[in-house]
Amino acid sequence: MIIKQISVFLENISGRLAEVTRILADNKINLRALTIADTADFGILRIIAVKPDEAVRILTQAGFMAKETDVLAVEVEDKPGALAAVLDIFSKNSINIEYMYASLERSADKAVIVIKVEDVERGIKVVEANGLKPISAF
Amino acid sequence: MSFSKVEALARGELESLQFDRLGFTLEQAFKTPFYRGRLKEAGIGEDFRPGSWEEFQRLPFTVKDDLRAAYPVGLLAEPHEKIVRLHASSGTTGIPTVIYHTKDDLSSWAGLVRRSLCAAGAGESDVFQNMMTYGLFTGGFGLHYGAEELGMLVIPTGAGNTMRQFRMMRDFKTTIVHATPSYLLHIHEKMREEGIGREELFLRKAIVGGEPHSEDTRRKIEELLKIDVYNCYGLSELNGPGVAFECVHKAGMHLWEDAYIMEIIDPDTLLPLPDGETGELVCTTLQRNATPLIRYRTRDLTRIIAEPCACGRTHRRIARIMGRSDDMLIINGVNVFPSQIEEVLMRSRGIGSNYQIIVEKAGALDKLTVKTEIASSAFSDDTRSMNALTRYIKEALKASISINPAVELHEPGILPVWEGKATRVIDTR
Repeated sequence: MIIKQISVFLENISGRLAEVTRILADNKINLRALTIADTADFGILRIIAVKPDEAVRILTQAGFMAKETDVLAVEVEDKPGALAAVLDIFSKNSINIEYMYASLERSADKAVIVIKVEDVERGIKVVEANGLKPISAF
Repeated sequence: MSFSKVEALARGELESLQFDRLGFTLEQAFKTPFYRGRLKEAGIGEDFRPGSWEEFQRLPFTVKDDLRAAYPVGLLAEPHEKIVRLHASSGTTGIPTVIYHTKDDLSSWAGLVRRSLCAAGAGESDVFQNMMTYGLFTGGFGLHYGAEELGMLVIPTGAGNTMRQFRMMRDFKTTIVHATPSYLLHIHEKMREEGIGREELFLRKAIVGGEPHSEDTRRKIEELLKIDVYNCYGLSELNGPGVAFECVHKAGMHLWEDAYIMEIIDPDTLLPLPDGETGELVCTTLQRNATPLIRYRTRDLTRIIAEPCACGRTHRRIARIMGRSDDMLIINGVNVFPSQIEEVLMRSRGIGSNYQIIVEKAGALDKLTVKTEIASSAFSDDTRSMNALTRYIKEALKASISINPAVELHEPGILPVWEGKATRVIDTR
Protein backbone atom coordinates (compact mmCIF):
# COMPACT_ATOMS: atom_id res chain seq x y z
CA MET A 1 0.00 0.00 0.00
CA ILE A 2 2.71 2.29 -1.05
CA ILE A 3 1.55 5.74 -2.01
CA LYS A 4 3.23 7.52 -4.92
CA GLN A 5 4.03 11.03 -3.89
CA ILE A 6 4.99 13.54 -6.57
CA SER A 7 8.19 15.49 -5.81
CA VAL A 8 8.86 18.62 -7.87
CA PHE A 9 11.99 20.77 -7.96
CA LEU A 10 10.81 24.29 -7.26
CA GLU A 11 13.02 27.06 -8.57
CA ASN A 12 13.10 30.05 -6.25
CA ILE A 13 11.16 32.34 -8.59
CA SER A 14 7.90 34.01 -7.67
CA GLY A 15 4.90 32.34 -9.23
CA ARG A 16 6.60 28.99 -9.72
CA LEU A 17 4.34 27.17 -7.24
CA ALA A 18 1.26 28.76 -8.79
CA GLU A 19 2.47 27.50 -12.18
CA VAL A 20 2.63 23.91 -10.94
CA THR A 21 -0.83 24.03 -9.38
CA ARG A 22 -2.22 25.75 -12.47
CA ILE A 23 -0.88 23.05 -14.81
CA LEU A 24 -2.32 20.32 -12.59
CA ALA A 25 -5.64 22.16 -12.36
CA ASP A 26 -5.81 22.56 -16.14
CA ASN A 27 -5.33 18.83 -16.43
CA LYS A 28 -8.02 18.19 -13.83
CA ILE A 29 -5.69 16.54 -11.37
CA ASN A 30 -7.01 16.86 -7.86
CA LEU A 31 -4.56 17.48 -5.03
CA ARG A 32 -5.04 15.75 -1.69
CA ALA A 33 -2.08 17.01 0.27
CA LEU A 34 1.01 19.11 -0.27
CA THR A 35 4.02 20.48 1.52
CA ILE A 36 7.18 22.36 0.55
CA ALA A 37 10.66 21.59 1.79
CA ASP A 38 12.81 24.67 1.70
CA THR A 39 16.53 25.04 1.11
CA ALA A 40 18.38 28.30 0.57
CA ASP A 41 18.12 28.26 -3.23
CA PHE A 42 15.23 26.03 -4.11
CA GLY A 43 12.30 24.11 -2.74
CA ILE A 44 11.01 20.61 -3.17
CA LEU A 45 7.28 20.51 -3.57
CA ARG A 46 5.68 17.28 -2.38
CA ILE A 47 2.20 16.48 -3.55
CA ILE A 48 -0.23 13.67 -3.06
CA ALA A 49 -2.60 13.65 -6.00
CA VAL A 50 -4.79 11.28 -7.89
CA LYS A 51 -3.08 9.81 -10.98
CA PRO A 52 0.51 10.52 -9.87
CA ASP A 53 2.18 9.06 -13.00
CA GLU A 54 0.06 11.24 -15.22
CA ALA A 55 0.86 14.25 -13.06
CA VAL A 56 4.60 13.55 -13.36
CA ARG A 57 4.33 13.17 -17.12
CA ILE A 58 2.42 16.43 -17.51
CA LEU A 59 4.81 18.36 -15.27
CA THR A 60 7.87 16.95 -17.04
CA GLN A 61 6.43 17.94 -20.39
CA ALA A 62 5.89 21.44 -19.04
CA GLY A 63 9.61 21.60 -18.25
CA PHE A 64 9.53 20.79 -14.55
CA MET A 65 11.74 18.27 -12.85
CA ALA A 66 9.31 15.88 -11.22
CA LYS A 67 9.51 12.31 -10.01
CA GLU A 68 7.55 9.84 -7.93
CA THR A 69 8.62 9.02 -4.39
CA ASP A 70 7.28 6.14 -2.30
CA VAL A 71 5.63 7.18 0.96
CA LEU A 72 3.08 5.68 3.29
CA ALA A 73 -0.07 7.23 4.68
CA VAL A 74 -1.96 6.38 7.83
CA GLU A 75 -5.45 7.41 8.75
CA VAL A 76 -5.87 8.41 12.39
CA GLU A 77 -8.66 9.72 14.57
CA ASP A 78 -8.80 13.50 14.60
CA LYS A 79 -8.23 13.76 18.36
CA PRO A 80 -5.39 14.70 20.72
CA GLY A 81 -2.70 12.01 21.02
CA ALA A 82 -3.45 10.24 17.74
CA LEU A 83 -0.28 11.44 16.00
CA ALA A 84 1.84 10.75 19.09
CA ALA A 85 0.62 7.16 19.10
CA VAL A 86 1.67 6.66 15.48
CA LEU A 87 5.08 8.19 16.02
CA ASP A 88 5.62 5.98 19.07
CA ILE A 89 5.27 2.93 16.84
CA PHE A 90 8.05 4.16 14.55
CA SER A 91 10.33 5.16 17.35
CA LYS A 92 9.89 1.79 19.18
CA ASN A 93 10.87 0.01 15.99
CA SER A 94 13.83 2.33 15.36
CA ILE A 95 12.46 3.58 12.06
CA ASN A 96 13.73 7.01 11.25
CA ILE A 97 11.14 9.34 9.77
CA GLU A 98 12.67 11.53 7.08
CA TYR A 99 9.69 13.84 6.90
CA MET A 100 5.96 13.84 7.37
CA TYR A 101 2.96 16.04 6.84
CA ALA A 102 -0.75 15.87 7.51
CA SER A 103 -3.29 15.93 4.73
CA LEU A 104 -6.61 17.54 4.21
CA GLU A 105 -9.25 15.60 6.03
CA ARG A 106 -11.45 13.33 4.06
CA SER A 107 -14.18 13.22 6.65
CA ALA A 108 -14.68 15.36 9.70
CA ASP A 109 -13.35 12.94 12.31
CA LYS A 110 -10.29 11.58 10.49
CA ALA A 111 -6.87 12.91 9.52
CA VAL A 112 -4.35 11.36 7.16
CA ILE A 113 -0.66 11.54 7.90
CA VAL A 114 1.85 11.12 5.07
CA ILE A 115 5.15 9.66 6.23
CA LYS A 116 8.46 9.19 4.39
CA VAL A 117 10.78 6.54 5.73
CA GLU A 118 13.73 4.94 4.01
CA ASP A 119 12.19 1.46 3.82
CA VAL A 120 8.54 2.08 3.07
CA GLU A 121 7.63 -1.64 2.92
CA ARG A 122 8.93 -2.19 6.41
CA GLY A 123 7.17 0.95 7.64
CA ILE A 124 3.88 -0.41 6.35
CA LYS A 125 4.43 -3.79 8.02
CA VAL A 126 5.19 -2.20 11.36
CA VAL A 127 2.16 0.03 11.17
CA GLU A 128 -0.07 -2.91 10.30
CA ALA A 129 1.39 -5.06 13.11
CA ASN A 130 0.28 -2.36 15.52
CA GLY A 131 -3.30 -2.47 14.39
CA LEU A 132 -3.27 0.66 12.26
CA LYS A 133 -4.32 0.72 8.65
CA PRO A 134 -2.06 2.24 6.00
CA ILE A 135 -4.33 3.55 3.31
CA SER A 136 -3.80 2.95 -0.38
CA ALA A 137 -5.52 5.98 -1.78
CA PHE A 138 -7.23 9.06 -0.56
CA MET B 1 46.25 11.91 -45.06
CA SER B 2 47.45 14.22 -47.76
CA PHE B 3 48.43 17.85 -47.46
CA SER B 4 50.25 20.52 -49.39
CA LYS B 5 54.03 20.78 -49.47
CA VAL B 6 54.10 24.03 -47.50
CA GLU B 7 52.48 22.32 -44.52
CA ALA B 8 55.45 20.00 -44.18
CA LEU B 9 58.34 22.34 -45.08
CA ALA B 10 61.54 21.74 -43.13
CA ARG B 11 61.76 24.23 -40.26
CA GLY B 12 64.67 26.09 -41.84
CA GLU B 13 62.85 26.54 -45.12
CA LEU B 14 59.69 27.62 -43.31
CA GLU B 15 61.65 30.26 -41.41
CA SER B 16 63.24 31.69 -44.52
CA LEU B 17 59.80 31.83 -46.11
CA GLN B 18 58.64 33.75 -43.04
CA PHE B 19 61.45 36.32 -43.27
CA ASP B 20 60.74 36.65 -46.95
CA ARG B 21 57.08 37.34 -46.44
CA LEU B 22 57.81 39.61 -43.48
CA GLY B 23 59.42 41.96 -45.97
CA PHE B 24 56.13 42.15 -47.84
CA THR B 25 54.24 42.84 -44.60
CA LEU B 26 56.60 45.69 -43.69
CA GLU B 27 56.21 47.13 -47.16
CA GLN B 28 52.42 47.06 -46.77
CA ALA B 29 52.63 48.43 -43.22
CA PHE B 30 54.49 51.51 -44.41
CA LYS B 31 51.53 52.28 -46.67
CA THR B 32 49.27 52.77 -43.63
CA PRO B 33 49.16 56.04 -41.66
CA PHE B 34 49.20 54.11 -38.37
CA TYR B 35 52.34 52.05 -39.01
CA ARG B 36 54.22 54.88 -40.74
CA GLY B 37 54.01 56.74 -37.42
CA ARG B 38 54.49 53.73 -35.17
CA LEU B 39 57.51 52.30 -37.01
CA LYS B 40 59.17 55.66 -37.30
CA GLU B 41 58.76 56.16 -33.54
CA ALA B 42 60.46 52.81 -32.98
CA GLY B 43 63.36 53.86 -35.19
CA ILE B 44 62.48 51.40 -37.95
CA GLY B 45 63.34 52.64 -41.42
CA GLU B 46 61.44 51.74 -44.60
CA ASP B 47 64.28 49.51 -45.76
CA PHE B 48 64.55 47.57 -42.49
CA ARG B 49 64.42 43.83 -43.23
CA PRO B 50 65.05 41.62 -40.17
CA GLY B 51 67.41 38.73 -40.80
CA SER B 52 67.19 37.11 -37.36
CA TRP B 53 64.68 36.77 -34.53
CA GLU B 54 66.68 39.27 -32.45
CA GLU B 55 66.26 41.84 -35.19
CA PHE B 56 62.62 40.90 -35.60
CA GLN B 57 62.05 41.68 -31.93
CA ARG B 58 63.01 45.32 -32.54
CA LEU B 59 59.61 45.71 -34.20
CA PRO B 60 57.00 47.33 -31.93
CA PHE B 61 53.90 45.51 -30.67
CA THR B 62 50.41 46.35 -31.87
CA VAL B 63 47.48 46.15 -29.46
CA LYS B 64 43.72 46.25 -29.84
CA ASP B 65 43.57 49.87 -28.73
CA ASP B 66 45.86 50.76 -31.65
CA LEU B 67 43.26 49.30 -34.00
CA ARG B 68 40.56 51.33 -32.29
CA ALA B 69 42.64 54.49 -32.50
CA ALA B 70 43.23 53.81 -36.20
CA TYR B 71 39.49 53.36 -36.84
CA PRO B 72 38.20 53.58 -39.51
CA VAL B 73 40.97 53.81 -42.15
CA GLY B 74 44.26 54.25 -40.27
CA LEU B 75 45.32 50.66 -40.95
CA LEU B 76 44.30 50.48 -44.58
CA ALA B 77 47.23 49.68 -46.87
CA GLU B 78 45.44 49.41 -50.20
CA PRO B 79 43.33 51.85 -52.22
CA HIS B 80 39.58 51.54 -51.70
CA GLU B 81 38.93 50.04 -55.13
CA LYS B 82 41.06 47.01 -54.19
CA ILE B 83 39.03 46.30 -51.05
CA VAL B 84 36.20 43.80 -51.39
CA ARG B 85 35.11 43.19 -47.83
CA LEU B 86 35.54 44.30 -44.28
CA HIS B 87 34.87 42.61 -40.97
CA ALA B 88 34.54 44.48 -37.72
CA SER B 89 34.20 43.67 -34.05
CA SER B 90 30.83 44.34 -32.47
CA GLY B 91 32.13 47.44 -30.72
CA THR B 92 30.13 46.59 -27.60
CA THR B 93 33.04 47.67 -25.43
CA GLY B 94 33.92 50.79 -27.38
CA ILE B 95 35.04 51.72 -30.86
CA PRO B 96 34.99 48.68 -33.16
CA THR B 97 38.10 47.28 -34.79
CA VAL B 98 38.01 46.88 -38.54
CA ILE B 99 39.93 44.53 -40.83
CA TYR B 100 39.84 45.06 -44.60
CA HIS B 101 40.30 42.38 -47.21
CA THR B 102 41.35 42.44 -50.85
CA LYS B 103 40.39 39.59 -53.17
CA ASP B 104 43.80 38.03 -52.55
CA ASP B 105 43.36 38.35 -48.80
CA LEU B 106 40.05 36.53 -48.93
CA SER B 107 41.49 33.85 -51.12
CA SER B 108 44.47 33.19 -48.85
CA TRP B 109 42.13 33.15 -45.83
CA ALA B 110 39.88 30.61 -47.57
CA GLY B 111 42.99 28.60 -48.41
CA LEU B 112 44.03 28.47 -44.75
CA VAL B 113 40.56 27.36 -43.71
CA ARG B 114 40.47 24.75 -46.48
CA ARG B 115 43.78 23.39 -45.25
CA SER B 116 42.50 23.43 -41.67
CA LEU B 117 39.37 21.48 -42.54
CA CYS B 118 41.47 18.92 -44.43
CA ALA B 119 43.67 18.54 -41.37
CA ALA B 120 40.56 17.72 -39.32
CA GLY B 121 39.69 14.99 -41.79
CA ALA B 122 37.06 16.75 -43.91
CA GLY B 123 36.75 15.93 -47.60
CA GLU B 124 34.75 17.03 -50.61
CA SER B 125 32.10 14.37 -50.02
CA ASP B 126 31.20 15.93 -46.67
CA VAL B 127 28.13 18.05 -46.05
CA PHE B 128 29.03 21.04 -43.93
CA GLN B 129 26.42 22.88 -41.89
CA ASN B 130 27.68 26.20 -40.65
CA MET B 131 25.91 27.11 -37.41
CA MET B 132 28.03 30.15 -36.74
CA THR B 133 26.70 33.69 -37.07
CA TYR B 134 27.19 35.24 -40.51
CA GLY B 135 27.88 38.95 -40.65
CA LEU B 136 30.46 41.32 -39.28
CA PHE B 137 31.57 38.47 -37.01
CA THR B 138 34.14 36.36 -38.88
CA GLY B 139 33.08 32.88 -37.71
CA GLY B 140 30.36 32.39 -40.30
CA PHE B 141 32.01 33.63 -43.48
CA GLY B 142 35.46 32.36 -42.54
CA LEU B 143 34.53 28.70 -42.43
CA HIS B 144 31.98 29.10 -45.20
CA TYR B 145 34.44 30.06 -47.93
CA GLY B 146 37.08 27.59 -46.76
CA ALA B 147 34.53 24.77 -46.81
CA GLU B 148 33.43 25.72 -50.32
CA GLU B 149 37.05 25.93 -51.40
CA LEU B 150 37.50 22.37 -50.17
CA GLY B 151 34.46 21.34 -52.20
CA MET B 152 32.07 20.36 -49.46
CA LEU B 153 28.36 20.98 -49.80
CA VAL B 154 27.87 23.99 -47.54
CA ILE B 155 24.57 24.72 -45.76
CA PRO B 156 24.77 28.29 -44.41
CA THR B 157 22.15 28.01 -41.66
CA GLY B 158 23.90 30.47 -39.38
CA ALA B 159 23.33 30.41 -35.61
CA GLY B 160 20.10 29.63 -33.81
CA ASN B 161 16.72 28.22 -34.83
CA THR B 162 17.56 24.77 -33.55
CA MET B 163 14.53 23.01 -35.03
CA ARG B 164 15.50 24.20 -38.50
CA GLN B 165 19.07 23.05 -37.85
CA PHE B 166 17.72 19.55 -37.14
CA ARG B 167 15.63 19.52 -40.29
CA MET B 168 18.62 20.53 -42.43
CA MET B 169 20.93 18.04 -40.74
CA ARG B 170 18.47 15.22 -41.27
CA ASP B 171 17.25 16.05 -44.77
CA PHE B 172 20.64 16.89 -46.28
CA LYS B 173 22.62 14.31 -44.31
CA THR B 174 24.99 16.79 -42.71
CA THR B 175 28.26 15.14 -41.70
CA ILE B 176 30.19 18.10 -40.24
CA VAL B 177 28.93 21.08 -38.27
CA HIS B 178 30.66 24.25 -37.16
CA ALA B 179 29.32 25.75 -33.93
CA THR B 180 30.24 27.07 -30.52
CA PRO B 181 30.66 24.41 -27.82
CA SER B 182 27.72 25.83 -25.86
CA TYR B 183 25.49 25.57 -28.90
CA LEU B 184 26.43 21.93 -29.45
CA LEU B 185 25.50 21.19 -25.84
CA HIS B 186 22.25 23.04 -26.41
CA ILE B 187 21.60 20.90 -29.48
CA HIS B 188 22.05 17.77 -27.43
CA GLU B 189 19.59 19.01 -24.80
CA LYS B 190 17.10 19.86 -27.50
CA MET B 191 17.44 16.42 -29.11
CA ARG B 192 16.49 14.84 -25.81
CA GLU B 193 13.58 17.21 -25.29
CA GLU B 194 12.21 16.70 -28.79
CA GLY B 195 12.89 12.99 -28.89
CA ILE B 196 15.25 13.22 -31.87
CA GLY B 197 17.36 10.08 -32.05
CA ARG B 198 21.08 10.14 -32.77
CA GLU B 199 20.51 7.60 -35.55
CA GLU B 200 18.42 10.15 -37.46
CA LEU B 201 21.56 12.23 -37.98
CA PHE B 202 24.61 11.46 -40.12
CA LEU B 203 26.91 13.68 -38.12
CA ARG B 204 30.52 12.57 -37.74
CA LYS B 205 32.50 15.67 -36.85
CA ALA B 206 32.14 19.12 -35.35
CA ILE B 207 34.46 22.08 -35.59
CA VAL B 208 34.16 24.22 -32.48
CA GLY B 209 35.29 27.75 -31.94
CA GLY B 210 34.16 31.17 -30.83
CA GLU B 211 34.40 30.44 -27.11
CA PRO B 212 37.15 29.27 -24.82
CA HIS B 213 36.29 25.81 -23.53
CA SER B 214 38.00 23.00 -21.68
CA GLU B 215 39.19 19.59 -22.78
CA ASP B 216 36.45 18.13 -20.57
CA THR B 217 33.84 20.06 -22.53
CA ARG B 218 35.19 18.65 -25.76
CA ARG B 219 35.02 15.11 -24.38
CA LYS B 220 31.54 15.70 -23.04
CA ILE B 221 30.32 16.84 -26.47
CA GLU B 222 32.05 13.92 -28.15
CA GLU B 223 30.39 11.44 -25.81
CA LEU B 224 26.95 13.02 -25.86
CA LEU B 225 26.72 13.43 -29.64
CA LYS B 226 29.03 10.55 -30.57
CA ILE B 227 31.16 12.66 -32.89
CA ASP B 228 34.75 13.83 -33.19
CA VAL B 229 35.22 17.41 -32.10
CA TYR B 230 38.08 19.58 -33.39
CA ASN B 231 39.26 22.76 -31.84
CA CYS B 232 39.83 25.78 -34.01
CA TYR B 233 41.54 29.04 -33.21
CA GLY B 234 41.25 32.44 -34.74
CA LEU B 235 40.43 36.00 -33.94
CA SER B 236 38.92 38.64 -36.14
CA GLU B 237 42.07 40.79 -36.16
CA LEU B 238 43.95 37.86 -37.72
CA ASN B 239 41.16 37.11 -40.28
CA GLY B 240 39.05 34.96 -38.01
CA PRO B 241 38.91 31.15 -37.85
CA GLY B 242 41.71 29.28 -39.56
CA VAL B 243 44.71 30.77 -37.76
CA ALA B 244 45.37 27.48 -35.98
CA PHE B 245 43.54 24.20 -36.26
CA GLU B 246 43.65 20.72 -34.81
CA CYS B 247 44.57 17.84 -37.05
CA VAL B 248 43.03 14.41 -36.55
CA HIS B 249 45.42 13.74 -33.66
CA LYS B 250 43.63 16.38 -31.55
CA ALA B 251 46.79 17.26 -29.67
CA GLY B 252 46.98 21.02 -30.00
CA MET B 253 46.31 23.32 -32.94
CA HIS B 254 48.77 23.74 -35.82
CA LEU B 255 49.29 27.44 -36.25
CA TRP B 256 49.86 28.13 -39.94
CA GLU B 257 53.35 29.57 -39.82
CA ASP B 258 53.56 30.41 -43.50
CA ALA B 259 50.77 32.93 -42.84
CA TYR B 260 51.70 34.13 -39.36
CA ILE B 261 54.81 34.54 -37.26
CA MET B 262 53.92 33.48 -33.75
CA GLU B 263 55.56 34.36 -30.48
CA ILE B 264 54.66 33.76 -26.86
CA ILE B 265 55.51 36.64 -24.58
CA ASP B 266 55.29 37.34 -20.89
CA PRO B 267 52.36 39.79 -20.74
CA ASP B 268 54.06 41.79 -17.97
CA THR B 269 57.65 42.07 -19.20
CA LEU B 270 56.74 41.73 -22.91
CA LEU B 271 59.78 39.50 -23.33
CA PRO B 272 59.54 36.43 -25.55
CA LEU B 273 59.18 33.12 -23.73
CA PRO B 274 60.71 29.82 -24.84
CA ASP B 275 58.55 27.16 -26.46
CA GLY B 276 56.48 25.27 -23.91
CA GLU B 277 55.99 28.17 -21.53
CA THR B 278 52.55 29.71 -21.13
CA GLY B 279 52.14 33.35 -22.02
CA GLU B 280 50.36 35.67 -24.40
CA LEU B 281 50.19 34.73 -28.07
CA VAL B 282 51.53 37.41 -30.42
CA CYS B 283 51.10 37.13 -34.20
CA THR B 284 52.42 38.94 -37.24
CA THR B 285 50.50 38.55 -40.49
CA LEU B 286 52.56 37.46 -43.50
CA GLN B 287 50.04 37.36 -46.32
CA ARG B 288 47.70 40.24 -45.74
CA ASN B 289 47.56 43.06 -48.23
CA ALA B 290 44.85 45.33 -46.89
CA THR B 291 45.42 45.28 -43.13
CA PRO B 292 48.89 44.04 -42.18
CA LEU B 293 49.50 43.56 -38.46
CA ILE B 294 52.89 43.48 -36.80
CA ARG B 295 53.41 41.65 -33.51
CA TYR B 296 49.75 41.82 -32.65
CA ARG B 297 49.03 41.00 -29.01
CA THR B 298 46.07 38.61 -29.06
CA ARG B 299 45.50 38.62 -25.26
CA ASP B 300 45.06 34.86 -25.54
CA LEU B 301 47.10 32.76 -23.16
CA THR B 302 48.63 29.58 -24.50
CA ARG B 303 51.94 27.83 -25.07
CA ILE B 304 53.77 26.54 -28.11
CA ILE B 305 54.07 22.79 -28.61
CA ALA B 306 57.26 22.47 -30.64
CA GLU B 307 57.54 18.68 -30.71
CA PRO B 308 56.83 17.18 -34.13
CA CYS B 309 53.24 16.06 -34.61
CA ALA B 310 52.36 12.51 -35.66
CA CYS B 311 50.58 13.92 -38.72
CA GLY B 312 53.85 15.09 -40.28
CA ARG B 313 53.01 18.78 -40.53
CA THR B 314 55.94 20.91 -39.41
CA HIS B 315 53.94 23.96 -38.33
CA ARG B 316 54.16 24.16 -34.57
CA ARG B 317 51.05 23.76 -32.46
CA ILE B 318 49.54 25.91 -29.77
CA ALA B 319 47.80 24.41 -26.75
CA ARG B 320 44.15 24.98 -25.97
CA ILE B 321 43.63 28.63 -25.05
CA MET B 322 43.78 28.92 -21.25
CA GLY B 323 41.82 32.12 -21.23
CA ARG B 324 42.20 35.70 -22.28
CA SER B 325 44.51 37.82 -20.24
CA ASP B 326 41.48 40.16 -19.94
CA ASP B 327 39.10 37.31 -18.92
CA MET B 328 41.03 36.69 -15.77
CA LEU B 329 38.99 37.49 -12.68
CA ILE B 330 40.76 38.67 -9.59
CA ILE B 331 38.64 37.51 -6.67
CA ASN B 332 39.83 38.52 -3.22
CA GLY B 333 43.33 38.79 -4.65
CA VAL B 334 43.34 35.35 -6.30
CA ASN B 335 43.56 34.96 -10.08
CA VAL B 336 40.72 32.84 -11.42
CA PHE B 337 40.01 31.90 -15.01
CA PRO B 338 36.42 31.01 -15.90
CA SER B 339 37.89 28.01 -17.74
CA GLN B 340 39.06 26.51 -14.44
CA ILE B 341 35.53 26.67 -13.07
CA GLU B 342 34.13 25.18 -16.25
CA GLU B 343 36.57 22.29 -16.06
CA VAL B 344 35.37 21.34 -12.57
CA LEU B 345 31.72 21.60 -13.54
CA MET B 346 32.18 19.47 -16.65
CA ARG B 347 33.65 16.59 -14.73
CA SER B 348 31.10 16.77 -11.90
CA ARG B 349 28.27 14.27 -12.14
CA GLY B 350 24.69 15.23 -11.52
CA ILE B 351 24.79 18.62 -13.14
CA GLY B 352 24.04 19.80 -16.66
CA SER B 353 26.27 21.66 -19.07
CA ASN B 354 24.99 25.17 -18.55
CA TYR B 355 26.34 27.44 -15.84
CA GLN B 356 26.85 31.03 -14.80
CA ILE B 357 29.56 32.71 -12.76
CA ILE B 358 28.59 35.74 -10.69
CA VAL B 359 31.15 37.94 -8.98
CA GLU B 360 29.88 40.68 -6.70
CA LYS B 361 30.86 42.76 -3.70
CA ALA B 362 29.66 41.57 -0.32
CA GLY B 363 30.82 44.27 2.05
CA ALA B 364 34.54 44.72 1.57
CA LEU B 365 35.02 41.27 0.09
CA ASP B 366 34.34 39.74 -3.31
CA LYS B 367 31.73 37.02 -3.46
CA LEU B 368 31.80 34.30 -6.09
CA THR B 369 28.60 32.43 -6.88
CA VAL B 370 28.50 29.55 -9.33
CA LYS B 371 25.05 28.73 -10.63
CA THR B 372 24.66 25.29 -12.13
CA GLU B 373 21.81 23.28 -13.51
CA ILE B 374 20.97 20.00 -11.87
CA ALA B 375 20.59 17.06 -14.25
CA SER B 376 17.10 15.54 -14.24
CA SER B 377 18.64 12.19 -13.35
CA ALA B 378 20.22 13.65 -10.21
CA PHE B 379 17.09 15.30 -8.87
CA SER B 380 16.08 13.65 -5.63
CA ASP B 381 13.25 14.10 -3.17
CA ASP B 382 15.86 13.87 -0.45
CA THR B 383 17.13 17.32 0.54
CA ARG B 384 20.20 15.75 2.12
CA SER B 385 21.42 14.24 -1.13
CA MET B 386 20.77 17.52 -2.91
CA ASN B 387 22.80 19.36 -0.28
CA ALA B 388 25.54 16.75 -0.63
CA LEU B 389 25.73 17.46 -4.37
CA THR B 390 26.10 21.18 -3.73
CA ARG B 391 28.77 20.51 -1.13
CA TYR B 392 30.67 18.21 -3.46
CA ILE B 393 30.81 20.83 -6.25
CA LYS B 394 31.78 23.47 -3.75
CA GLU B 395 34.69 21.42 -2.49
CA ALA B 396 35.87 20.49 -5.98
CA LEU B 397 35.85 24.17 -6.93
CA LYS B 398 37.67 25.16 -3.77
CA ALA B 399 40.36 22.59 -4.53
CA SER B 400 40.81 23.96 -8.05
CA ILE B 401 40.62 27.73 -7.60
CA SER B 402 41.45 28.17 -3.88
CA ILE B 403 38.32 30.21 -3.34
CA ASN B 404 35.21 29.15 -1.50
CA PRO B 405 32.31 29.79 -3.85
CA ALA B 406 28.60 29.71 -3.18
CA VAL B 407 27.09 27.00 -5.37
CA GLU B 408 23.47 27.07 -6.45
CA LEU B 409 21.49 24.31 -8.09
CA HIS B 410 18.89 25.34 -10.61
CA GLU B 411 16.33 23.72 -12.81
CA PRO B 412 17.50 22.92 -16.38
CA GLY B 413 16.59 25.72 -18.76
CA ILE B 414 16.58 28.45 -16.11
CA LEU B 415 20.07 29.83 -16.74
CA PRO B 416 20.37 31.90 -19.91
CA VAL B 417 21.63 30.13 -23.02
CA TRP B 418 22.16 32.45 -25.90
CA GLU B 419 22.10 30.38 -29.06
CA GLY B 420 25.51 31.59 -30.07
CA LYS B 421 27.89 32.66 -27.41
CA ALA B 422 26.77 32.13 -23.85
CA THR B 423 27.11 34.89 -21.29
CA ARG B 424 28.84 32.95 -18.58
CA VAL B 425 30.41 35.58 -16.39
CA ILE B 426 28.63 38.44 -14.70
CA ASP B 427 30.93 40.72 -12.76
CA THR B 428 29.01 43.45 -10.96
CA ARG B 429 31.92 44.86 -8.95
